[in-house]
Amino acid sequence: MSTRTSHAQTSTPAAGEETAALRRALASTPRPPRASAVQATLAFGWRGMLKVKHVPEQLLDVTITPVMFVLMFTYLFGGAIAGSTGEYLDYILPGVLVMSILFTTVYSGVALNTDLTKGVVDRFRSLPVWRPAPLVGALLGDAARYLVGGTVIVVLGLALGFRPGAGIGGVLAAMALVIVFAFGLSWVFTTLGLLLRSPSAVMNAGFMGIFPLTFLSNVFVEPETLPAGLRAFVDVNPISILATASRGLMHGNADPTEIVIVLATAAALTAIFAPLTTRLYRRG
Amino acid sequence: MTTQPPLAIEATGLVKSFGETCAVDGVDLAVRSGSVYGVLGPNGAGKTTTIRVLATLLRPDAGSARVLGHDIVREAEAVRELVSLTGQLASVDEDLSGQENLVLLGLLLGLKRRAAKARAGELLTAFGLAEASGKLVKHYSGGMRRRLDIAASIVVTPQLMFLDEPTTGLDPRSRNQVWDIVRTLVAEGTTILLCTQYLDEADQLADRIAVIDRGTVIAEGTPGELKASVGSRALHVRLLDPDQRPEAARVLERELGSVHLEADPAALSGPCSDADRAAEAVAELGRASVRIGGFSLGQPSLDEVFLALTGHTAEEQTEDGAADLHEEQAA
Repeated sequence: MSTRTSHAQTSTPAAGEETAALRRALASTPRPPRASAVQATLAFGWRGMLKVKHVPEQLLDVTITPVMFVLMFTYLFGGAIAGSTGEYLDYILPGVLVMSILFTTVYSGVALNTDLTKGVVDRFRSLPVWRPAPLVGALLGDAARYLVGGTVIVVLGLALGFRPGAGIGGVLAAMALVIVFAFGLSWVFTTLGLLLRSPSAVMNAGFMGIFPLTFLSNVFVEPETLPAGLRAFVDVNPISILATASRGLMHGNADPTEIVIVLATAAALTAIFAPLTTRLYRRG
Repeated sequence: MTTQPPLAIEATGLVKSFGETCAVDGVDLAVRSGSVYGVLGPNGAGKTTTIRVLATLLRPDAGSARVLGHDIVREAEAVRELVSLTGQLASVDEDLSGQENLVLLGLLLGLKRRAAKARAGELLTAFGLAEASGKLVKHYSGGMRRRLDIAASIVVTPQLMFLDEPTTGLDPRSRNQVWDIVRTLVAEGTTILLCTQYLDEADQLADRIAVIDRGTVIAEGTPGELKASVGSRALHVRLLDPDQRPEAARVLERELGSVHLEADPAALSGPCSDADRAAEAVAELGRASVRIGGFSLGQPSLDEVFLALTGHTAEEQTEDGAADLHEEQAA
């Protein structure tokens, strides 16, 4: 405990000017009407974009990794699995799109957990805004990152000889479908992000779930050769259905039922985990 | 007869536990509008938890409070519209620039983008941050971060502001700047609830002070009343050789009536209100061959206030309340 014997108030002329400016700043604020839910959500989405702008390394996750996957799987396994790399590319490219975007959803939980260790969340929680706005806004910002990652994959695929039968429209539809599903799945990881203690715990738990779930799907191989039990699982795995639906949209032979199942799954995940996340976030 | 100004905060019997530990254990507060109210206590005394309950971030387990006339549980949204919080951790986003932080808050508080930008510029200038407005906050100094933090709290002028340890870890110059800002805010009519571990800070800024320990208010009054209760000044002595402290303590106890051993093994102090007595006591130490590194006559430290009020030292307690209750009686 230190001791202070005097309290010399050194007021420089500059400090005097600042005080005058401060008085003006304090005098001039009529309270605006409360921000609408949309306004608040967009503001938080903007925050997410700014983070990407200031820490562009974040984009490495969504760009470099999928590039590696596309190249590795196509040239390493393509010949063995599908007979030729060209044919396999048509099969795997929509799959890699699904996989890399779903892997990125884990980071939504990691980012939220990191946020919680900082004081800024207290400020957000003490603001009079629509309660889920910080969460929905952050996920909107993430969706922008998915779009960047997805675009990188598709452009790379086109360069390597991927030819989607349904053209650009099909590719965009597939990407939109994957992003909608990712939005639903993100809520699972934001819930984890609020329950677990550290960002690395969220990362580990997240990948422990998403990794096997993705590999035990038809993202990489047709399930025909699998043992019966595993095959049954792969067939009902929502990620398989998402991958099949994305392929269908890109190649022009989509089954509407599959698209409905994907959208319903995303809606169900959101309906369960979004309120849960919001509650946990409020509780603090 | 004067009419009583309305109360900005009225809390009765607030209780908040985390698992086994009771962080806030029946806190009563009455804070007049337009004043600075200091909540003084060591780390882990329950200050931050009290603020978080009043700012509607935590629900109290028991008790009730009205902030600016609104119940903090039933009318939490209404409270949030009138208060702002400057947390103990700087409540700004380190990965954004100062300007972006303020614009973001402006947007969240309902300003249109252009108005939010104008307001951000105005505040950055007023807080001496105009030159650093484009820099990321993680590259700000501690003092700049604190100023931005307070600026962020007044993007829309709050009626009541919670300030949690605004100067902890700041150098004296930055601390004075923050104090000037607080004084200006109050002069313009904002009520401030100020949490601090420094008696000095509470003394400088607060109109009334509540001393809080282990989740309860143990003393309340004006700074003058509180200091009077512990003796207004103290002689602080630093020894060159900590081994001589028992000898020094004996001398000071004889000269000043009582003595307090500081956490620093080379430091001790005793109540002393006039300079002549202090000089005499120091001379006595010299005669007893105690080698002195330095001495000063100043305000009682928080340690001494605590010792006087509670009979135990203001030992660091962990914030979750897992306080080990060292009843360490000095001397």
